[in-house]
Amino acid sequence: MTLELARDNGMPTATNGTAALEQSPFAIRGLTVSYGEKPAVFSVDMTVEAGKMTAIIGPNGAGKSTLLKAALGVVPPVSGRVQVFGKPLDTQRARIAYVPQRASVDWDFPTRVIDVVIMGLYRELGLLGRITGRHKAAARDCLERVGMADFADRQIGQLSGGQQQRVFLARALAQGADLYLLDEPFAGVDAATEKAIIAVLKQLRAEGKTVVVVHHDLATVTDYFDNVFLINTRKVAEGPVSEAFTADTLQAAYGGRLATAQVDQLGVAPVMGGVY
Amino acid sequence: MLFDALLLQLGYNATLVAIGATLLGVSAGITGTFLFLRKRALVSDAVSHATLPGVGIAFLVMVALGGDGRNLAGLLLGSAISAGIGLWCLNWLTRNTRLAEDAAIGAVLSVFFGFGIVILTVIQTLGVGRQAGLEGFLLGSTAGMLWNDALVIAGGGAAALLLIVLMRRPMTMVAFDPEYAAARGISVSRIDMAMMGLVMAVTVVGLKIVGLILIVALLIIPAVTARFWTERSDLVVLLAGVAGGVAAYVGAALSASAPNLPTGPIIVLVSFALFALSLLFAPNRGVLAAVLRHIRFQRQVHLRQGLLAVAQEQLIYEPLTLRLLRRHGLLRADGVPTEKGRARAAKALRDEHRWALVRSDQSHEAAAAMYDGLRDIETVLTADQIREIDNLIGGPKEVSA
Repeated sequence: MTLELARDNGMPTATNGTAALEQSPFAIRGLTVSYGEKPAVFSVDMTVEAGKMTAIIGPNGAGKSTLLKAALGVVPPVSGRVQVFGKPLDTQRARIAYVPQRASVDWDFPTRVIDVVIMGLYRELGLLGRITGRHKAAARDCLERVGMADFADRQIGQLSGGQQQRVFLARALAQGADLYLLDEPFAGVDAATEKAIIAVLKQLRAEGKTVVVVHHDLATVTDYFDNVFLINTRKVAEGPVSEAFTADTLQAAYGGRLATAQVDQLGVAPVMGGVY
Repeated sequence: MLFDALLLQLGYNATLVAIGATLLGVSAGITGTFLFLRKRALVSDAVSHATLPGVGIAFLVMVALGGDGRNLAGLLLGSAISAGIGLWCLNWLTRNTRLAEDAAIGAVLSVFFGFGIVILTVIQTLGVGRQAGLEGFLLGSTAGMLWNDALVIAGGGAAALLLIVLMRRPMTMVAFDPEYAAARGISVSRIDMAMMGLVMAVTVVGLKIVGLILIVALLIIPAVTARFWTERSDLVVLLAGVAGGVAAYVGAALSASAPNLPTGPIIVLVSFALFALSLLFAPNRGVLAAVLRHIRFQRQVHLRQGLLAVAQEQLIYEPLTLRLLRRHGLLRADGVPTEKGRARAAKALRDEHRWALVRSDQSHEAAAAMYDGLRDIETVLTADQIREIDNLIGGPKEVSA
């Protein structure tokens, strides 16, 4: 069933064509990542469409975060290659802003909110450059965009989860990148934060930037995103939400883990062939 | 005598030791901070214990080549090589086996140290008198310190500091958020390697003064001491350098002020004294501050609950609440609220309503984050903002007496 799906989906993006590879802001080919002997991501191709918001979705442990991390070299892949704006990843690092999971750092680290955002200016500052008023102003602007300007001088340990997430987003904004890769930015955050983040992401899209989000909340996929990428260790489907985010593909990615009732609530196209 | 020592009036050797120790203390404190922030403090213990076989082997090699086995530069070179091998083993074990880093540290530390002791014992049986004080590397021995030894320490310390100035940004980023750093193209493994290289340099340089067993104290204690006083990593680094330098200087002076006081251990004890003072008295993170904060918090809670109870005409049973209300002149001895008490109670209730509005309004988010049920709303919002909120709430509510 899964295999058929991958063939039948009629995805508009030419997932294997060289042209797509050259044009895509973020193209992954044959990526396999393994913790120990068990592959977490197996031979995955992904071609992100420029100027769109793409959600990476799949069940827990499906390799969503791992896919991003390995593509960026944060964890070493077993095989595969990645092209960013048609060029090798390492030549394009300056154009990529990555927002890791909030839980990946120790929030008791001795640093203030503004210092974290200034880390986004790392490339601009270099090893020895002095942090000037101009840098601080730039960092404050980014905090302003995520609604955290009032928190600039707070110690990061005093922030709520949602606020921490917005600080991470502000740090990414400070980079002034063209491609934004976010790992579960909506996990465990309050509604205000979710609204603030999605507003910023939509604004980035309006500016022509490309946004890729590891996402877990199926209910908001249709509202937030243009494209989806479904994964369960292997790629399940990829394409515009209207075509790739269907009861069929969800069933293939989640299997029995997704109750029929939940699928119904998502308002996606019904399963073909009347499986239910 | 101590005063003389602090003013470097105790002669050539004592002065040399004090200056060398201070340089070592500063560079160890600063280097150790990055290790501490990276949460790999104990790696330094493995590195330092892994120096011992190198010291012994370097001695044997130099003697075999017909030289003076006690040449400090040669011994330090040997110790650096063997520390490097120990570090490599540690990394290999953590990366390629299922051993966690703490277990790998234990394995490397004990095996290298044991091997080192064996070599030293062998050297002792070879020819008496010739091995002259290799055990000094265990706990440090400053008695026969020479000008050249001080130069080696100064050179090593300065090199470490220079490297830190260059690497401070990537090292801080890797310590805080290694995934983000890696995504930005910073090689985390290379930064870690540089960090370990620094630790190795400081350890090797510090062997003469504090010895390999106690060097970990010079690396780590200043960092944890400094952490008590600030929430900024750059200031933690600076303060750790200061704490390390002060502890080393005072410790060296103390040990010079009386016969038979070992320099290294005294430095560690002074360092510990600074740590203990910080632990107890630091303004925010200190133990005393935490206790006081808790007591103050408890009283505020009781007072607030008491006032709200008064405002809503509920009975108060808690003895502490009653005592606090009476002490503040809000409640009479017979349990009836005073005029002042009624006014404060009405205000407390009104503030609750104001806060409820602030917390439901997204535009007041920063202020809402300050809500803890206790804070006076005037300390968070301006008078204008409060007036605006009051307009929304409506006129002052009647508080019946």
